[in-house]
Amino acid sequence: MRIGVFVCHCGSNIGATVDCVAVAESARMLPDVAFAADTMYACSEPGQLAIAEAIHEHGLDGVVVASCSPRMHEPTFRRAVERAGLNRYMLEMANIREHVSWVGKNKALNTNKAGELIAMAVAKLRNDRPLHSSRFDVNKRVLVIGGGVAGIQAALDCADGGMQVVLVEREQSIGGKMAKLDKTFPTIDCSSCILGPRMVDVALHPNITLYTASEVEDVSGYVGNFSVRIKRRATYVDWDKCTGCGLCMEKCPSRKSPDPFNEGVSTTTAINIPFPQAIPKKAAIDPEACLKFQKGKCGICARVCPTNAVNYKQMDTWVTEEVGAVIAATGYDLFDHTAYGEYGAGRYPDVITSMQYERLMNASGPTGGHIVRPSDGREPKRVVFVQCVGSRDPSIGRPYCSGFCCMYTAKQAILTRDHIPDSEAYVFYMDIRSPGKGYDEFTRRAQEQYGVRYVRGRVAHIYELGDRIVVRGADTLAGEQVEVEADLVVLAVGAEPSKGAPELAEKLRISYDTYGFFMEKHPKLGPVETNTAGILLAGSCQGPKDIPASVAQGSAAAAKVMALFSRDQLESDPQVASVNAARCVGCMKCVQVCPYKAISETEDRFGNPKAQVIETVCQGCGLCTATCPQGAVQLSHFTDNQILAEVTALCPPFPAESFE
Amino acid sequence: MSAVPGRELRIIGFLCNWCSYGGADTAGVSRFEQPTDLRVVRVPCSGRIDPLFIVRAFLNGADGVLVSGCHPGDCHYSEGNYHARRRLELLKHLLPAAGIDPARFHYTWVSASEGAKWQQTVTDFTNRIHELGPAPAFCGASTPEDWAAVALGAANGPGCSDHGGDGK
Repeated sequence: MRIGVFVCHCGSNIGATVDCVAVAESARMLPDVAFAADTMYACSEPGQLAIAEAIHEHGLDGVVVASCSPRMHEPTFRRAVERAGLNRYMLEMANIREHVSWVGKNKALNTNKAGELIAMAVAKLRNDRPLHSSRFDVNKRVLVIGGGVAGIQAALDCADGGMQVVLVEREQSIGGKMAKLDKTFPTIDCSSCILGPRMVDVALHPNITLYTASEVEDVSGYVGNFSVRIKRRATYVDWDKCTGCGLCMEKCPSRKSPDPFNEGVSTTTAINIPFPQAIPKKAAIDPEACLKFQKGKCGICARVCPTNAVNYKQMDTWVTEEVGAVIAATGYDLFDHTAYGEYGAGRYPDVITSMQYERLMNASGPTGGHIVRPSDGREPKRVVFVQCVGSRDPSIGRPYCSGFCCMYTAKQAILTRDHIPDSEAYVFYMDIRSPGKGYDEFTRRAQEQYGVRYVRGRVAHIYELGDRIVVRGADTLAGEQVEVEADLVVLAVGAEPSKGAPELAEKLRISYDTYGFFMEKHPKLGPVETNTAGILLAGSCQGPKDIPASVAQGSAAAAKVMALFSRDQLESDPQVASVNAARCVGCMKCVQVCPYKAISETEDRFGNPKAQVIETVCQGCGLCTATCPQGAVQLSHFTDNQILAEVTALCPPFPAESFE
Repeated sequence: MSAVPGRELRIIGFLCNWCSYGGADTAGVSRFEQPTDLRVVRVPCSGRIDPLFIVRAFLNGADGVLVSGCHPGDCHYSEGNYHARRRLELLKHLLPAAGIDPARFHYTWVSASEGAKWQQTVTDFTNRIHELGPAPAFCGASTPEDWAAVALGAANGPGCSDHGGDGK
């Protein structure tokens, strides 16, 4: 075998703390190494050309590139060696940047470590074999999880592109957080006026199957061929019959349960349609509030329903959908401000959240758009907004900026002055973060044109004084304590991942960060992809986002799906397990451990039980390989021999004790 | 940051590709300085690790072996790390039977976002191995008494009873 080694300087990233020339020289001494060189940027065009040239000139059978992490550029170099005529799996990388030059300062030690990592890579490469992909069909249907604005956009774009879309929403209606908003920044255009038509498009689109009040329960399979089990929650109303006339809501005697759509600022009936523009516009019973379910009597809704749609005995049902790609768009939840004892922890009725305020301002909200104090229904004359409640605060585990609170606070302050012209608005802020298009102009307008008073400083304490609320904080610009007596206090609550996001991430086999936001493939170059092929992200499930960013990401995810589906067949990853039937004793331990059910039991021609790997289902984890007592199952590219070769390259056996 | 500047021991790390290798990359990208002794073998999943790899490393003279995978419940392959956890826990208890000080072996869980945790893990483990000193040439425990001596030594402090203190 003839191996070429290329040691990358990565400019000064590696070159500054590793002696790349010396490393290349030492690599030449390794067994089977026919060529070794250092290169300034191996990933650049001249760098890749140099690798190709060396392959031709020196008749190389395999290449080791010592550079950055294989998680970064392994695909790049695999393509490069393939273009030069080698099999793409005859490439190994030694990670001398992330694992050496960036974490160690001592040049001599780094150089030594880089040399050893290359020795390990060469040892592994000597055991590499060319691998060849097989092809499999793609199921050109896509699942979108979450029917907020990002999920709606992704679903519509995919459906317009000719794909069959399954949209799953946990709530009774699609629309997400945006459906609850009154106006949107920075244009002050009506939220439901721009979202409503899109929601209708979803309902009417022939390519979209909509499951609301449903949740994804299980995801199996792989890119191109996922199988998704969806639980459709019992709504106790037959939605095929329900016309959304609302008669049941009128007659329902249970009217005391807090309305989740109105963020609890009003009450709703036990059987209800969440809001007039709901899609689908169907009623559902909340069994917690329903007298029929709780006490066994009532049943008025069933009697008044003109279409006999009410069915108290309805059960949960399950459907299984086969799709080729999944877009996760599960959005965010608002931070629960009751974590803040100093802000009254939810005890004061006139200290409300920004979303509750949004519902009070909304013309289709519980007050018809009249801003009133929840405690006594009076119109507030002085409203204080408190920013960064659950954002940029490490003490409650939310050190990140939620990004949109500055903007919606400015919007709400402007709208307050619009609604109640003789009112005053105060905003306590830490910094104003308004980097979007037209955003900074908007926050300035709030201050300059609408006279909203911005006070820079965190609020320390909120307490009741008679029928007013006192907000005490610091004005850090003036360097003094300030106390503002307010009629209403609005807490600009930040964003956190949607409830159940980590559990969904586990079902989808994608990663999530410390807080529960889904991790993208690359923070800059792969913002809508995940490390699991065929699973894409859109909207705030990846991190807090405003509407334009969510819509852009929804479209981006849809574009990725269309790129994936533009091919009829995909190439499978050949790094899968295979069974050496001669060694297999038919114990089937591999069948038991395989998380993908990719190994099945079969018989040889003498009727002996043998294991068999289904290549397209195998994901290449290697559990079976580590389990097999006979070493009969081997994971290609990570065989026992290959890993042991790396171990023995680093820790050579003592001569006297060699078992080789 | 190096435990003992200028002097390295032979530490081998088996890291799963998805979480811990990513975590080590994150530590690199964040320039979290670490001792240089550790050399990493990338495997697809911690469940791919045959305990015999670890034993082989020790028999070949490794001073320490570190295994790291995705947090339980968080495996890219849904349950590979649960299998790994069972195997590795069992291995830890069997190492004395092979005359290997179990203190030289450690397994942990580091996610791709936990660069700082990886830095801490590497630093702590390297420091521990330097405290134990270079591994004695395979001490060849062959009787139950030998195993007990190794296990006792490990329980009572750093190192196996024969060699633990000598390294320092």
